[in-house]
Amino acid sequence: MKIKFIIIITYILIEASANSSGSRTKLLDIYQNLRCLVCQGQSIADSNSDFATTIKLVVQDQFNEGKDEDEIYKFLTSKYGEWIVYKPIFNKNNFLLWTLPYAVLIFGAFIIFLLIRKTKHNKVN
Amino acid sequence: MKINISKIIIFSFVIFCLFVFQKGLKIDNSYDTKSLIGNKISKFQLSEINIHDLYISEEDLKKNKFTLINFFASWCAPCRAEHKYLVKLSSENNEIKIIGINFKDKKDNAINFLKELGNPYNFVGKDLDGKISIVFGVYGIPESIIVNSDLTIIKKIIGPIDQIQYNEILSTIQ
Repeated sequence: MKIKFIIIITYILIEASANSSGSRTKLLDIYQNLRCLVCQGQSIADSNSDFATTIKLVVQDQFNEGKDEDEIYKFLTSKYGEWIVYKPIFNKNNFLLWTLPYAVLIFGAFIIFLLIRKTKHNKVN
Repeated sequence: MKINISKIIIFSFVIFCLFVFQKGLKIDNSYDTKSLIGNKISKFQLSEINIHDLYISEEDLKKNKFTLINFFASWCAPCRAEHKYLVKLSSENNEIKIIGINFKDKKDNAINFLKELGNPYNFVGKDLDGKISIVFGVYGIPESIIVNSDLTIIKKIIGPIDQIQYNEILSTIQ
């Protein structure tokens, strides 16, 4: 009975610690994707400026309210524009940025396929 | 005539790169939050600097034809420089109400600042941790936002108000 109790308590503590560590990692991920607008080349995670400190507080609040990463980015981009996020959000202005690498990859694979087929065809002949 | 496909592809790629490069050169890279003009302000609740349980919210701003929301602090030198224009605006114009938001400041310092330079504000609120400034898209002070009775942002002044900005404010609210 005593051993069971200790196991349950240990499990709860490990779970709580893992959750807390997971939340911290998630928050850090969000900070790293946010640009410090008043610093040069620093993310919110790297900066201790007044602006970065305030943004961290706001992100923490929204995270604790249960908002997900996209909702937090949406709120901040509505206030500061898309410049505040390092990873741009997919829209009509940047669709090439997102789709071109995949298009080039598919096109490259198609060219390789054609070349291999041509080589095989030549060998047979 | 045999068309060399690879040459056409390379040529098209070079033309595409030049086109993107040329477009990119024309894009204005200077950053500000003036794109918020035309948007409505978000919900907020602001506590008065002296009276703890006195609040205003966006609903109160609907009663005013125009409201200028000014972020200031006693430790901010440009705020000191712009303050005379806010005092002038409040004394010479009844069309606009001015809300001061004291940003990350000590209460006593803010009160002394207003005693020394005059109080142009119809309401002075406190933003001790700066969270309210984020709701308004502020990233440095001083910053001023003019909203109409629909709560639409009609002007945003980033940095201190000077004579030119003052004249612009007057023409905006007329």
